Amino acid sequence: MSLSAKDKETVKAFWAKVSGRAGDIGSDAVARMLTVYPQTKTYFSHWKDLSPGSAPVRKHGGIVVASITDAVNKIDDLAGSLLTLSELHAFTLRVDPANFKILAQNILVVLATMFPVDFTPEVHMALDKFLGALARALSEKYR
Amino acid sequence: MVAWTDLERVTIKDIFSKIDYEVVGPAAISRCLIVYPWTQRYFAGFGNLYNAAAITSNPKVAAHGKVVMQGLEKAVKNMDNIKATFTELSTLHSEKLQVDPDNFMLLGDCLAIVVAAQLGKDFTPVVHAAFQKFLAVVVSSLRRQYY
Repeated sequence: MSLSAKDKETVKAFWAKVSGRAGDIGSDAVARMLTVYPQTKTYFSHWKDLSPGSAPVRKHGGIVVASITDAVNKIDDLAGSLLTLSELHAFTLRVDPANFKILAQNILVVLATMFPVDFTPEVHMALDKFLGALARALSEKYR
Repeated sequence: MVAWTDLERVTIKDIFSKIDYEVVGPAAISRCLIVYPWTQRYFAGFGNLYNAAAITSNPKVAAHGKVVMQGLEKAVKNMDNIKATFTELSTLHSEKLQVDPDNFMLLGDCLAIVVAAQLGKDFTPVVHAAFQKFLAVVVSSLRRQYY
C-alpha cells in the first residue's frame, strides 16, 4: 500500500490547509489516545498530569505533530528521514509498534472533528495510508 | 457482562439521539468502502462501486448504511445484553455472509470518524472513549458466533 503521486499531493494539500492548527491537532490527538486507549498511559508514567489539555500533553502533542509536518515535507523518503526517530522509538522508548496505529486513528478522528468538510473519504484514505507509511518507517530499526 | 458506568450509558444514548441515522449510516459504509477498498468484496451485488463518487451515490450502499444503524440502535436499547442481542446477526455474518471479522473494526473506525465530523467539538475525548467502548462491545458480540 505505497503512496501514489496522487496520495502524496492530497496529503500535502490537506496538511497545508490544517497546519495552522497543528498545535491543537497534536494536543487533542495525544489527549484522546490516553483517554480512549488507556493502556497507552503506560508509556507516560513519568508525567505528572495525563489529563487532556495538561502541559505535558500539549507539549508532547506539539512534538508529535511537528514530526508529522516534517515527514509530510520529506514524503518521498520517509524511511531515510525518520531513521533517527526510529532508533529512538526502537531502542530508547521501546514503544510497541501496534500503538502507532492507535495514535494514527486518533489523529484522523481529531481531523474529522476540526475539518468535517475538508476531511473527505479521499483525504481520509490518503492520510490513513500516509500515517501507515510513517508507522512503518518508525518501525524500521526495531529488529 | 460489560460494566457500563452511568456516564457511559448517558453518553451513548446522547450520541445516538444527536446523530442523523440517514446521514451517518450511509456515510460510514461508503467511507469504509472507499478508505478500505478490499471491503467491497462483500458488496459485489451492489452495482457500481467503481470510484468514490459512485460509492457515495449508490442507493444500495445508502440503504445498507441505514440497516447497520438500525442494528446499532438495538444495541443502544439493550446495552446490558448486546451479546445476546447480536447472536443471530453474528451467525449470519459468519455462516452466510462470511465476513472476515477483522473488518468489523474497520467499519467501526469509519463510524467513529463520521460521528466525530457530525458532533465536532462535542465529540470530546470522554465522549469518544464511551463510543469506542460501545463499538468494541458491538464488534466483540458480532465476532462471538464465529467458529
